[in-house]
Amino acid sequence: MSGPAHLGAPDETATAKGQTTYVDAIREGLREEMQRDPSVFLIGEDIGVYGGAFKVTDGLIGEFGEERVIDTPISETAIVGAAVGAAMMGMRPVAEMQFIDFISCAFDMITNFAAKSRYRTGVGVPLVIRGPSGGGVHGGPFHSQNPEAYFAHTPGLKIVQPATAADAKGLIKAAIRDDDPVLFFEHKFLYRRIKEEMPPGDHVVPIGKAAVRRAGRDLSVITYGAMVWTALEAAKILEAEGIDCEVVDLRTLFPMDEETVLESVAKTNKAILLHEATRTGGIGAEIAAVLSERCFEYLDGPLVRVTAPDTPVPYSPPLEEAFLPNAEKLCRAARALAGY
Amino acid sequence: MSDLAREQKLELYRFMRLNRVVEERLVNLYRQGKVVGGLYRSLGQEATSVGSAYALRKGDVVGPLIRNLGVVLVMGYSPRDVMTQYMARATSPSGGKDCNLHFGSPERGVISPISMLGALVPVMAGIALAGRMQKKDLVAMTWIGDGGTSTGAFHEGVNFAAVQKLPLVVIAENNGWAYSTPFRKQTAARCLADKAAAYGIPGDQVDGNDVLAVYDAARRAVDRARSGGGPTLIEAMTYRMKGHAEHDAQAYVPKAELEEWRERDPIARYSRTLFESGAAAAADLEAIDSAVSEEVDREVEAAEKSPLPTPDAALHGVYASGAADVEPVIVRRTP
Repeated sequence: MSGPAHLGAPDETATAKGQTTYVDAIREGLREEMQRDPSVFLIGEDIGVYGGAFKVTDGLIGEFGEERVIDTPISETAIVGAAVGAAMMGMRPVAEMQFIDFISCAFDMITNFAAKSRYRTGVGVPLVIRGPSGGGVHGGPFHSQNPEAYFAHTPGLKIVQPATAADAKGLIKAAIRDDDPVLFFEHKFLYRRIKEEMPPGDHVVPIGKAAVRRAGRDLSVITYGAMVWTALEAAKILEAEGIDCEVVDLRTLFPMDEETVLESVAKTNKAILLHEATRTGGIGAEIAAVLSERCFEYLDGPLVRVTAPDTPVPYSPPLEEAFLPNAEKLCRAARALAGY
Repeated sequence: MSDLAREQKLELYRFMRLNRVVEERLVNLYRQGKVVGGLYRSLGQEATSVGSAYALRKGDVVGPLIRNLGVVLVMGYSPRDVMTQYMARATSPSGGKDCNLHFGSPERGVISPISMLGALVPVMAGIALAGRMQKKDLVAMTWIGDGGTSTGAFHEGVNFAAVQKLPLVVIAENNGWAYSTPFRKQTAARCLADKAAAYGIPGDQVDGNDVLAVYDAARRAVDRARSGGGPTLIEAMTYRMKGHAEHDAQAYVPKAELEEWRERDPIARYSRTLFESGAAAAADLEAIDSAVSEEVDREVEAAEKSPLPTPDAALHGVYASGAADVEPVIVRRTP
């Protein structure tokens, strides 16, 4: 396991045979849904013959043909726009953003066309937009972003961010089957760094359900995406110091599983909101507000955010390491909160 | 020249008349304060909407803009639908959730526009794409103004449709003005039809105030699209006879130009064409006029009686299931 220290090393046993990486898990999910439902198709840049910039769709054009794996011009607006139109007609398009940063080019189509369609005209738009988000690979300001908060502010969208390979498969399948537009934010750092055995059969992870990844008594770390691994790494370090962390993986950012979050914090009485995205107006701020409204009397300390600072994502390794949250930063916050 | 039977030619007349009369009644309702928000006119542009949409058949899908009242009428929506929309009633196609001509459903062959111009073009390309995948043999048609052709979405949508050879017809309605911005400040191109060359698709230009010419051009494009020939861009030359919306007195528009285009009024012109070709006598058109007028009277009355939505409807319909919260949630749950 190599890479920037901000991500914790997943379990060492995760190299055994018969295990599936995060990237392969997404592809498996896509393939199974395409086999199950002929209305599912893929659309994006370089996803067909080339198999996608990260090879998420590798080989699918051979199996399903260029009619269902559509290579497009460099046109995010047209990719999402065409997916919106097709979805209105009963198709189930999955649009790839080559890097999730480019989702901004399709902002109008997502926030104004797809998200508002059902509300204003009664016409549902069952589309999935997926792509690699996140940093840790020195991609610089335009290949490292975590744009989920822009979209969490838009009613009509669902937002999913898997942390594990099994979730990557189960959630992409759920996203495709969902009757509303789902944004599926993958983490590019996890693509080939985590592996696990896939649950058997038709493995679908319900949208809107969080998972407690580690039970603990002293404080809750509420997080999602690649930061789940950071939280688990920090929890190990803190355990040795006598601080017992609970780690909640949101999995779905909207609609959020508030009950699981509230239950966890009602038990530990302290919470850290951890995310790789920048701080202001982030998902952590939203969770803090929910906890304040619905869990105030349980709190024995301030709600603490551990996030990236309010800057663009810098390119050079020392700069990016300073930018990204990591286990060390999380441990510092956890120690301070535990001693509050 | 068009292949239309006499009944169809009279139907074209009826739809244009209906378009105009519905709008005249909407102006009355607007002045009485019964229209909620702005009123967007299509006076002088009726032939473009009606002639182009009339070239489609059942199963085809349109994506009209707010000045394409004639299109939604041809597609089978009623004057009442339009009026209840403008009066924000519960019984309107959008249930009071959205304004003016922002309504539609794929089942009825109409995709609602959003206010961001150009956005419909890629979406309609997606409609055409789905139609091809579903082997529905459908043609998608959409409209864009001279202003809307300056957007990135227009470019991306037409380009994608051209690459994919999708059955899409784009009617670029050149009415001279985008709000107060004249054509010459919108593009350095000689005309909008020229833009087709950049996409490798046919570009056609037609007199947008001649309903039969619009129909013929649209029909050629629709036939080409249906037979696998890909998209066409048709520029319809017309003129916006009113301001951007009713509040806009269009002081920026040269009076002489308005006068010139008033002479080319599409309904008066078409009436003359029908008389001269012997397709209709004055009495035929008068009969249509009075039938349209009576129909619209009834529709206005019904629309005015329609209820406003109840407030709780505001929270519903964002997702396939569930409703939004409106009150702040303070939960006391003392340990």
